[in-house]
Amino acid sequence: MTRIAATIAAQDGRVLRPAAPAPDSPLTVQGLTVSYGEKPAVFSVDATFPANAMTAIIGPNGAGKSTLLKAALGVIPRLSGEVSIFGTPVEQARDRIAYVPQRASVDWDFPTTVIDVVQMGLYRKVGLIGRLSGKMVAQAQTCLDRVGMTDFANRQIGQLSGGQQQRVFLARALAQDADLYLLDEPFAGVDAATERAIIDVLKLLKSQGKAVVAVHHDLSTVRDYFDHVFLINVRRIAEGSVETAFTPENLSATYGGRLGTTHMAELVGATS
Amino acid sequence: MSPFFDALLLNAGYNAALVAVGAGLLGFAAGSSGTFLFLRKRALLSDATAHATLPGVGIAFIIMVSLGYDGRSLIGLLIGSAVTAWIGLLMIEWIARRTRLAEDAAIGAVLGSFFGLGIVLLTIIQTMSAGRQAGLEGFLLGSAAGMLYQDAVVIAIGGSLAVFATWLLRRPMTLVAFDAEFAAAMGYNVRRIDLLMMGLVVAVTVIGLKLVGLILIVAMLIIPPVTARFWTDRSDRIIWIAGVFGGLSGYVGAAFSASAPAMPTGPLIVLTAAAIFLVSLVFAPARGVAAVVVRHHRFQRRVHRRQGLLSLSRAEPIREKFTLRLLLRNGLIRPDGVPTDTGRAQAAKVARDERRWDIAREVHQDAGLTGRYDGLTPIEEVFTPDEIRDFDRRLGPPVAVRGFA
Repeated sequence: MTRIAATIAAQDGRVLRPAAPAPDSPLTVQGLTVSYGEKPAVFSVDATFPANAMTAIIGPNGAGKSTLLKAALGVIPRLSGEVSIFGTPVEQARDRIAYVPQRASVDWDFPTTVIDVVQMGLYRKVGLIGRLSGKMVAQAQTCLDRVGMTDFANRQIGQLSGGQQQRVFLARALAQDADLYLLDEPFAGVDAATERAIIDVLKLLKSQGKAVVAVHHDLSTVRDYFDHVFLINVRRIAEGSVETAFTPENLSATYGGRLGTTHMAELVGATS
Repeated sequence: MSPFFDALLLNAGYNAALVAVGAGLLGFAAGSSGTFLFLRKRALLSDATAHATLPGVGIAFIIMVSLGYDGRSLIGLLIGSAVTAWIGLLMIEWIARRTRLAEDAAIGAVLGSFFGLGIVLLTIIQTMSAGRQAGLEGFLLGSAAGMLYQDAVVIAIGGSLAVFATWLLRRPMTLVAFDAEFAAAMGYNVRRIDLLMMGLVVAVTVIGLKLVGLILIVAMLIIPPVTARFWTDRSDRIIWIAGVFGGLSGYVGAAFSASAPAMPTGPLIVLTAAAIFLVSLVFAPARGVAAVVVRHHRFQRRVHRRQGLLSLSRAEPIREKFTLRLLLRNGLIRPDGVPTDTGRAQAAKVARDERRWDIAREVHQDAGLTGRYDGLTPIEEVFTPDEIRDFDRRLGPPVAVRGFA
């Protein structure tokens, strides 16, 4: 980041921290640009996601939240930029990452059962030929247990409610036994009980020293659920702890006029 | 039917037996290898693959004849067809990835152009004086009559390799078919896995070309897995069930064609597969049309019975004829619409369960349980006896239901 940019940002009342790649940072992104056709969905974004914390990626629809995650993981190609995970390139850190895609991204009529989906999280460990060991089968069961879905192990996945589907995806990520959990809208369209179950699991992960990064769009729960926020609208708007970065100024910079002033006051009322 | 059973028992002569065994092996290989093409929702790729083999057949023939060899050497023709099929697939993949065209458009364009080119080449070959060209048209619709031992060996070896590769790649291919983004995030190379899947399709198409023909080989790749889907909810089982259905179609279809003079083998194999598909479509236990209809009717009756009992418990008039008939048939009301003793008892139970559910929904926050308060599942199946006793304690003593006092 140039000094001029910092000065402009300072005049705007925003705090821009240079994204220095801390060697132990779970996920660092520098100068990331992703484009569909010739319209950048994410433009020159720097980000450093902290260890031992839960970070929300926040921004309006089409702001590039999911794109940022997918590009960081190499699921979609990036036009420019560097990504490092725990100080190494993504390719060398695959075993330390777990990913929970959007629930709507798969066909739930696919012929597979709940426990089969959870075991998919173990496929890298099993390899092509090997059978799942008794220990791995037990591990998959435990993951299902942690999301409260033990009784559903042998159901066809099409018979699940939306919330249950999301829990299965989370259990699959748990089976990956990673250090960095990336979730794409884990709370979208789930029931209240599932939302609580998911947040409990994520908070437990954090307490075990894991890093959790979630694309999130319910601004009213940011304060309760997350420690850290990353505000994005194609470009990076702000980044920091909820106290310092989840401010009316940053939110209006992110959402433009789309958030009413009363709504905004409610969201950030706790501190201001 | 006796010639048919002779053929089925491999007693209809050497050639018929060879064809039946070859077609059975090919059917198994095609059915299991086609599984992931179907699960990845790219079934039509096999159609393009098959049509793109034709120019390869022609080119290989021309090359072999001009080099002074026998133009009908099977291995040569198969290599040629594999090469152009692969080129066609790569073109489709490239068009879909690099342009804004969808894959189905790319398939249409490539399929048509390659097939057109193939037909032109075959016509040129027919007018060529060199070589004995007879038989190349057999690649269009297949010809079992001229099947040789070496053809069966090609099918056996190639087919086994294809089945083995499908088994070996089952995990990555399942992952990519179900959730490609997750597979990519896990570090799997989705494009490479897709290309391997297409490679399998090319292999099976090529080895089946001579027996079934390029127009119908598609059916052997797709119909068996689609049929297997009716019988299982697990992708790893589809591979083997599809293999068995495919093998059965091949074997029985070939026996049919051997049992009557001049009956075409490929079409009969495909029709056998289609017959198994139709039977599955209608009669499969969970997903079949009949099961779905039966389930729907049972459910409808449960809903009507429940609504009728609710109306009785509230002493509301029942207007729907179906509900009245159902209650009458179950002995819950008399022909004049007045509830019988059983009807009263059950209505009282329904009313009590409704109040239990009200309590249950206050006490239990788990939406998975309380979401079933429509009463179509008996409350005794959702909660344990001690839980229900607890609801009853909160409810207080039974109260008289309006209209029954």
